[in-house]
Amino acid sequence: MRERVLYALGVAAALLLARNLYVILLVLPDEAEQGAIYRIIYFHLPAWFTCFAAFLAAGAASAGYLARNDSRYDALAVAATEVGLAFCTIGMVTGSIWARNQWGIWWTWDPRLTWALITTLVYGGYLMLRRAIEDPNERAKNTAVLSIFAFTSVVITYKAIDWWRTQHPGPVLSFRTGGGKIDPAMESMIYVNWAPFLMLAVVFVVVRMRQELARRELDALRRFAHAM
Amino acid sequence: MNFVRLSLVVAAKDLRSELRTKEALNASLSFALVILLLFSFAFDPSSEQIAEFSGGLLWITFAFAGALILNRSFSRELANDCLDVLVASPVSGAALFFGKALANYALLVAVEIVCLPVFGVFYGVRWTRQFWWLMLVILLASWVMTVMGTMFSALTVNLRLRELMLPTLIYPMLIPALMAAMQLTTLILAGSPVAGDDLIWLRLLTGLAIIFTSLALGLVEIVLVR
Repeated sequence: MRERVLYALGVAAALLLARNLYVILLVLPDEAEQGAIYRIIYFHLPAWFTCFAAFLAAGAASAGYLARNDSRYDALAVAATEVGLAFCTIGMVTGSIWARNQWGIWWTWDPRLTWALITTLVYGGYLMLRRAIEDPNERAKNTAVLSIFAFTSVVITYKAIDWWRTQHPGPVLSFRTGGGKIDPAMESMIYVNWAPFLMLAVVFVVVRMRQELARRELDALRRFAHAM
Repeated sequence: MNFVRLSLVVAAKDLRSELRTKEALNASLSFALVILLLFSFAFDPSSEQIAEFSGGLLWITFAFAGALILNRSFSRELANDCLDVLVASPVSGAALFFGKALANYALLVAVEIVCLPVFGVFYGVRWTRQFWWLMLVILLASWVMTVMGTMFSALTVNLRLRELMLPTLIYPMLIPALMAAMQLTTLILAGSPVAGDDLIWLRLLTGLAIIFTSLALGLVEIVLVR
């Protein structure tokens, strides 16, 4: 039953993505100043939203682990972190492509971009720390603490465009600006395309989480076999 | 009250043992001086531009030198299972952490205070013009650095690769604080007080200090007790 739900979610995400691609490429008009390249926003923003959501889930799961001491929370935390990092890479790459077209450079050291990179490094450090600790309980506990600290950099990345005058475009979505910065049809498309991203992320997280739990069980069995 | 007293006992113990051996202090101080020397080869120390990146130079030196002090903070207790004894003692994890952080803070600020005049002499920077602003930034940013460093020192104390893992983990986490400190220090060394738009960096530093201190105090018990 669970398998079927997962497959259904994946297929639904794929169908929705295909439908959205059609609307994005053929139905919606070019943007007045940027031309066709603006369409990358339909992937850039949902990717970052998904990334932040995944890191939020990882932070919550980490807090859950510390409160309940249940290894499923730990598996969820690592799964969400890895998936979050994948979407973070999508966000970086799409942003870079847009920047190359609009600014003529792939990268600039402005606060938003720098903070996004810091977030990537911090969560990369989280995965490194996981590999460095051998004892599973200590690994879960210490990385859970790190994950909670790491989430502060996500918050700063999110707020960077409010706090600094950045080269990165300022907020456009109406829940941050009160509206008027972006055409409603374009804005709603960003959310419509976020849905399949989230669905895919959920599928990935669940699959990765099962892997992590299975790995844990295997480790325990191996240790048991050694002890025999 | 008990918390403060216990923290001070731990801090005094750490400082005493450090002042007797001077292991971390000597290493950190000489390392900081070597970095200051190395930078003089990377840039022309007599050029006018030095004022523009003096804040960056100073804080990179402090961050590198600080990592040496912070690395020793918990690993010092590994010999003879001292860490287990400390955890088993009636001192709470938070008090233990806070005491260690206070000791590290004192050592770090001491190293920084020694480095400042040396930096001023080597690079021809007049650092006393906005003395109190500079002190405020140094004290605030060093506290953020200490809290993060002490916390991560506790996280990595049982790792084989801790000397490597600590810098890898703390430098990215410290960038917000370091960036704010660098901006403010460059501004202050140029002779202007902190005002207007630049106050955001000071607010950021204060915010980070509060957030990280409360997170660390809340979570350190879990890290220490196995």
